[in-house]
Amino acid sequence: MRLEKRSQSSGLALLLAPVGAVLFTLLVSALLVWWAGAGVAQTYGLLLRGGFGSVFALSETFTRAIPLMLTGLAAAVAFRARLFNIGAEGQLYVGALAAVAVGGLHGGTGFDLPAPLLFGLMLLAAALAGALLLLGPALLKARLGVDEVVTTLLLNFIVLLLVSLMLDGPMKDPTAMGWPQSVALMGELELSKLVAQTRVHSGLLIAAALAVAVWVLMKYTVLGFDIRAVGANARAAAFAGVPVTRTVVLVAMLSGALAGLAGAIEVAGRTSYLTLDMSPGYGYSGIVIAMLAGLHPLGVVAASVFVAGVLVGADSMSRAIGVPTYIADVIVAASLISVLVATLLTQYRVRWK
Amino acid sequence: MTEYFDILANPSFWVAVLRIATPLILGTLGVLLCERAGVLNLGIEGIMVAGAFTGWLAVYSGAPLWGGVAVAALTGALLGGLHALLTVTLALSQHVSGLGITLLATALSYYGYRVSFPKVNTPPTVQPFQEMGWLGIPVLAQQTPLTLLALLLVPLIGYVLYRTPVGLAVRMVGENPQAAEGQGVSVAAVRSGAIVAGSALMGVAGAFLTLSAFNAFFFNMVNGRGWICVALVVFASWRPGKALLGALLFAFFDALQLRLQQSGDALLPYQMYLMLPYVLSIVALVLVARRASYPQALMKPYRKGER
Amino acid sequence: MSDPVLQLQHISKRFGTLLANDDISLTLGAGEVLALLGENGAGKSTLVSILFGHYTADAGNITVFGQPLPRGDPKAALAAGIGMVHQHFTLADNLSVLDNVILGSEPLWQLFTRRSAARARLQAVAQRFGLGVDPEALVGRLSVGERQRVEILKALYRGARILILDEPTAVLTPQESEALFAVLGQMVAQGLSIIFISHKLGEVLRVSQRIAVLRAGRLVAQAQAADTSQAQLALWMVGHAVEAPQRRPAQAVGSPVCVLDNVSTAPARERLLHASLSLHAGEIVAIAGVSGNGQVALAELLCGTRAASAGRVQLLGQPLPPHPAQLVPLGVARIPEDRHAVGLVGDLPVWENAVSERLRSPAFSRWGWVRRAAARAYADRIMRAFDVRGGGPLVPARALSGGNMQKLILGRALTRPKHSAPDSPSPGGAANPGVPCLIVAHQPTWGLDIGAVAYVQAQLIAARDAGAAVLLISDDLDEVLTLGDRVAVIHAGRLGPARPAADWQREAIGLAMAGITGIPDAAQEAHT
Repeated sequence: MRLEKRSQSSGLALLLAPVGAVLFTLLVSALLVWWAGAGVAQTYGLLLRGGFGSVFALSETFTRAIPLMLTGLAAAVAFRARLFNIGAEGQLYVGALAAVAVGGLHGGTGFDLPAPLLFGLMLLAAALAGALLLLGPALLKARLGVDEVVTTLLLNFIVLLLVSLMLDGPMKDPTAMGWPQSVALMGELELSKLVAQTRVHSGLLIAAALAVAVWVLMKYTVLGFDIRAVGANARAAAFAGVPVTRTVVLVAMLSGALAGLAGAIEVAGRTSYLTLDMSPGYGYSGIVIAMLAGLHPLGVVAASVFVAGVLVGADSMSRAIGVPTYIADVIVAASLISVLVATLLTQYRVRWK
Repeated sequence: MTEYFDILANPSFWVAVLRIATPLILGTLGVLLCERAGVLNLGIEGIMVAGAFTGWLAVYSGAPLWGGVAVAALTGALLGGLHALLTVTLALSQHVSGLGITLLATALSYYGYRVSFPKVNTPPTVQPFQEMGWLGIPVLAQQTPLTLLALLLVPLIGYVLYRTPVGLAVRMVGENPQAAEGQGVSVAAVRSGAIVAGSALMGVAGAFLTLSAFNAFFFNMVNGRGWICVALVVFASWRPGKALLGALLFAFFDALQLRLQQSGDALLPYQMYLMLPYVLSIVALVLVARRASYPQALMKPYRKGER
Repeated sequence: MSDPVLQLQHISKRFGTLLANDDISLTLGAGEVLALLGENGAGKSTLVSILFGHYTADAGNITVFGQPLPRGDPKAALAAGIGMVHQHFTLADNLSVLDNVILGSEPLWQLFTRRSAARARLQAVAQRFGLGVDPEALVGRLSVGERQRVEILKALYRGARILILDEPTAVLTPQESEALFAVLGQMVAQGLSIIFISHKLGEVLRVSQRIAVLRAGRLVAQAQAADTSQAQLALWMVGHAVEAPQRRPAQAVGSPVCVLDNVSTAPARERLLHASLSLHAGEIVAIAGVSGNGQVALAELLCGTRAASAGRVQLLGQPLPPHPAQLVPLGVARIPEDRHAVGLVGDLPVWENAVSERLRSPAFSRWGWVRRAAARAYADRIMRAFDVRGGGPLVPARALSGGNMQKLILGRALTRPKHSAPDSPSPGGAANPGVPCLIVAHQPTWGLDIGAVAYVQAQLIAARDAGAAVLLISDDLDEVLTLGDRVAVIHAGRLGPARPAADWQREAIGLAMAGITGIPDAAQEAHT
């Protein structure tokens, strides 16, 4: 079996490829549902309704989509420059940590600032924390050629332990009855709700705005050109005068900042305090979302809503009929692989010898 | 200072070192085979989870222990086959394919576990491998057969890589696939074979956790060991002997931090001890970075017959 | 002629829209040296790749020693006695000579490698053909000539009776080429039949008995070497009468534009060692040399992608800025050797590549935002002026053919944006502010068809006549001697004196390229 390049690939095929891939994935996942002993139609129906079938469902989906949008953007930006940032999970937590640290400075510790200003500082601290965390591996790659995949992955584990350490000690909430969680942010520092009686918060607007900003950056600015050039062919980019190391550093800081903001916005919008299980793998899901979106910032918005819908729908479905929620993770991971293959098939034909 | 001496002088410490090293040895050898053939396999973390789960499930369902190991190896081989299909036949990005497999294999394993045991509070257990008292050698006698297997595989894989035609073929496709093709060696076949074999080893590494080190399957059991193996391969300069050394060194520090926590004299919060393995892996990577001589064709997809 | 050892019948091969081989039929006789002649892109490499099994033909069949040859299978080709010496060596640098040679010679299921027997056999084969080599040496440490020997031994070790050599003299000095021809003679004496691919007319007449000429994928002529001439071959190769390239001497040589004074670069695969050179406005200085002797270091130094570790480099009286982004506004036009890997970012559209060098200038960006309209207009201008074809400004650059890529790069290098501040004042002699002050051209015509080659060369000459200083680095000795006003030879990082082209004898250049004549040091050059 071998591949042969197609002479032309139609734009329509490129657009339909993800859709076809996802449908294929759902077909295969049906086998898993059958193994669990549940009806396939019933399961998918509940999943669909749980994710998209009511105002409440949609609100839950959009709430879940917010951190996914940001980690998806983080991955999309980094991968565009061939900086494989697998550390979004850690950057998210470190951002949340920084946000809570800064936001908790009101009153008692003497850092008495008006709430809007403090809120801004909170987000800034989160972005900075995420940026600095990714800067290390990025520099190691640029200067020493150390593969950033492993370093960012290992940092995730280190950060999680650090957060655990902080929540056990210096940042523990004394009023939380022994549970390791941070002090809650005061009300003024929380993000307001977009729709009453739901959990959807204005972080959605921030995330969407950032997606548009990233898209504009990539398409219309010199830095965007630099990022795309370095990712496509670093040697040719250097020849053309692109400052490669500086670009990698900037990309790392941008990507890390986006992931850090994901953490801060989760805390400020959904949970209002930091716990160890705040993120069920948003950092890793972000990578899948970025790939599903073809690394396009606006596509990330759509892909994150899709993935969030599947995750939320699976939770709801599982409560109803007991098929394990992990089916959602299977669907998401399998979608990634199918989309890759489908996109490839739009450019290459398979020839059986 | 004396507590360090106490720890090191105690033979049970060294028993623990070998035990901790075993999955690392197996996993690192697996990655080594894949990377020598020019393919990065980031699916190791997921393959270890899948191997741990399927091997354990087989034994729980009545298979003998070695049967479980075989099932785990087969699981690894199948997942390796998928990775080979994606990266060799379809020449997709090795990074993304590997990560996709990790996510998929992990999700499938957790799903399968939940479907099989929907309402359990304590994880069901099996009868694990027993120590090999008949061996008579200190420290080794307290190990289980899988550890012996891991130790024997090191010289075996070294022999295969350096003294057999197939080993030369593996090394060549990792250095210059065009050269291999020009000598009549099928790059696709050799690469796929190396990936499948390496992934089988990764599956066995996972099975060690559920069938030897522990006797049940837990969520988050693998906990980053797969990534540590990827780091160790670079540290080992893609040589089996150095891979063993790296795994032992790493296990030494891991066992040490565990003992320090337990001894009660811990000066630092336990999380800092737990961080040590990951920090060490990063340090190891940085130390060898400048001198690393990668297999030249690593991570470059090869498409036969394309202009 | 006795029974042919090899018969190709009606071979056709298409790559997408490109018909690389069109119904080609050829035979090879026993003990014969057949030359396959054609310009770049004529289909020679494709044809032999099909023969060797790297590609599968769309139509046609091949018979070797009377047996049909299975398609697309290098293993079958090797078993049938066909061996190939590739143009770009297929060797693994990190493995030894012996390892490279014996790969594939033993079945993969075998449990051990018979190394000592293999070593002995390799030595025996090497002796028979006069190709000395150390079996345990790491290939990465060998010289180019030695690597070619290993590449040849690979085929001979496997018992090849038909040997294909693809442009073997491209990387050799004239003297090394002679040595290779002697080896070929040995091979024929031992009963081998040879297919020799080249685009060099003189060589082909010297080495082969019969010549087959390919043009645009078709076999257009065959002749005995004794019955034909270079002019006739050239006519067949190109399809119309070709004038021998004219030497156009420089008109007005101005003051120095770029001066290298005892420059060395850091130790690396290629480096410069105490190199001194002076480039003047209105003249072409051509550097002759076998590829791998420091040309890359010299080119990268002046393109801004490699730093000097010792010595001084001056541009227009000032120290050379170290960064490409600073060189371009000063009027340095750069044509890199590798258009795919260095010259263009293949995934980005043509217009972004056209403007990539100047993106940071006020003409095309403001406060970090790209001025798209201006950039598109500039790209359109370049594409029209230099006839870049292949789908328009929005297609990815990798979709262009090699010739069009080179024209794009040339256009980008030689064009200046309108209404922008003039580049630094050109040195006395260059009246036209639109002309670059220095052109660095590294292998500018490599891999191009004759039409594109003539175009590029004409552009370089026109720029010289308009007052630019041109540094031409080329593997092609003919090009060097035709275009160069002054010629210098580079060997092992050392640059010889740049003498007027008319003063050089071909013999002397060949010796200098091999490092046989001593190369005077920097002090002497400074007075040239």
